[in-house]
Amino acid sequence: MKEIFALWMARNREYYRDKGSLFWSFVATPFIVIVLALAFSSESQHIFRVGQIAQESTFQTSSAHTEKEPFSTDPTVEIINYNDLQHAIRRVQFHQLDLLLDTNSTDIQTPRYWINSESAKGHLLEKLLIQNTENQYRDTQWQRKEIIGKKVRYIDWVIPGILAMNMMFSGLWGIGYVIVRYRKNGVLKRLQATPLSAWKFLLSQALSRLSIMLIVTILVYVVCNLFIGFMMEGSHSLLLLIAIVGNLSIISISLLMAARTASEELANGLLNLISFPMLLLSELWFSLDDAPEWLQSLSQLLPLTHLVKAAREVMLEGAGISDVMPHLLILVLMTVVFITLAGTLFRWHSD
Amino acid sequence: MLYTNRHMETILEVRNLTKSFRSLTAVDNISFAIPKGACFGLLGPNGAGKTTTIEIIEDIKKPTSGTILYKGKPRDHDFSKHTGIQFQSTALMDYLKTREVLALFAQLYPHSQPMDYLVELCQLEDFLDTYATKLSGGQRQRLLLAVALINDPEVLFLDEPTTGLDPQSRRNFWSLIHEIKARGKTVLLTTHYMEEAELLCDQLVIMDKGKIIADGSPQHLLKEHFDHSYVCIDNQDFNCDQNAISSPIELREDGVAIATNTIEQTLSELVSLNVNLRSLRVRSPSLDDLFLKLTGHHLRE
Repeated sequence: MKEIFALWMARNREYYRDKGSLFWSFVATPFIVIVLALAFSSESQHIFRVGQIAQESTFQTSSAHTEKEPFSTDPTVEIINYNDLQHAIRRVQFHQLDLLLDTNSTDIQTPRYWINSESAKGHLLEKLLIQNTENQYRDTQWQRKEIIGKKVRYIDWVIPGILAMNMMFSGLWGIGYVIVRYRKNGVLKRLQATPLSAWKFLLSQALSRLSIMLIVTILVYVVCNLFIGFMMEGSHSLLLLIAIVGNLSIISISLLMAARTASEELANGLLNLISFPMLLLSELWFSLDDAPEWLQSLSQLLPLTHLVKAAREVMLEGAGISDVMPHLLILVLMTVVFITLAGTLFRWHSD
Repeated sequence: MLYTNRHMETILEVRNLTKSFRSLTAVDNISFAIPKGACFGLLGPNGAGKTTTIEIIEDIKKPTSGTILYKGKPRDHDFSKHTGIQFQSTALMDYLKTREVLALFAQLYPHSQPMDYLVELCQLEDFLDTYATKLSGGQRQRLLLAVALINDPEVLFLDEPTTGLDPQSRRNFWSLIHEIKARGKTVLLTTHYMEEAELLCDQLVIMDKGKIIADGSPQHLLKEHFDHSYVCIDNQDFNCDQNAISSPIELREDGVAIATNTIEQTLSELVSLNVNLRSLRVRSPSLDDLFLKLTGHHLRE
């Protein structure tokens, strides 16, 4: 144990004595948060967002139902298709959709719509909907459903994404790139010459990065919360658990990448290859609701997706541990697989 | 052929060691034994296979074939607890001070030497609070030596420990090795400096192109291969007919070396030929002369 502690401490020192990494963690990340908060605080988007439930079989050939899409010709309205009704309803609840239509329900004569009673845009769209219906299709009777929910600002929605992005970059480069550099400049060879086992070395690196990232993330969270005051409906300890499990899964991918790589250029390329899909597809900055289905399933393969979704469910919806359990299990499974592979493949030097 | 003192116990034995990298055979079926308490040298030019050999003995690299015995048995998991290694090129962790590097490595062994002792032995007092990346070449080598000694090893491996050091740091390092030898440690050293091998090593093997071309103590090797001295003169001064000198002449980079065991006769020949003697040197054969004799090329090329 004493060797793990000694290496953990050595790695921590490297971190906090490196002004560059400190700047990135404590200045750059909060800066992004604040810029985003200011940029999106004014309601500059004039577009209405209307959700529509699509049945799988009628998803593409919905010509029979186009007549039940009263906004399809309106250029100020963006239509987003949803398969999952509950999911779409939550979007209305958080003001991410202004109105939700379900014209595909089994009883075709009573199509339904949902609005959020606290959303002004929703009320406006409701009036428009009824007006349009009366003008065009007199036989249609809409069934009105109302939900109540606090408005989720973009900053509330995006904050788990930004914190997770920071965790991802720090976890990937802070572990993988450093190990590859150690291998190239001989630090690993020097360690190999001692009785230290590879497992203890890898564990110490992972624990050091985990503790650093938890401290950084908590500090950034607290400070940003002071300035912006974002939404937190669930429990902080569950959020911490998600952060730990998610962070470990990122670290384990990075350990796997660094198991044998001996060139920093190759490591950099591989890390970009790993981080870019997560940056784009893990719903850090934008939702994939209106993306093609294959892209959505692809994003399920990325650990960051589960980290962000779990954190978002806790913060915005007040989800409990059983709600986010599927995400946690996937993250744990990914971590176990990647760590086992990394430990088995690991070489101190490239022969 | 191997020169070993029968009264000395062998601590490390290398048997039929071969290491191949794809088409290249870096080490070609070599065998030797290292006596306990000796300073044993692997001497040879760059690319001779010295580092590959020492790293296989250290258990850092795996051999293609061959056996390494430590105290008569194959090396086990605990081998690293009994050895200390100074690699040819090793970086240390960034942003760690000398003192912290020592403390870190001390924690990696079950038992370690007191830090004060290592600081004094390797003269680290002046830069204990300096970051390891900011040390001079000589300071860095002394710190790496202290790290190699941290577990009080029985065998110390030094891979080209003075390469790249200025002459003063090099002499300083040599006196350190003498002190370590005096404490009864076995030292295995690679070098391409013949002065270093002559000064430090009790026994050595000379390697070239992966093979051992000579072995024994430096004195024994020189006695075995040479019975003459060299009279050396710089090129610009040696403007006479070579055939007028009765002893054999060897051409060197900067001049000629006349191999003679009758120095007085050679000198009188030179005087009678009116050769300018301002650059004249008389010296004993060195390991470099031996290497040249055996291979036809110099140690340092």
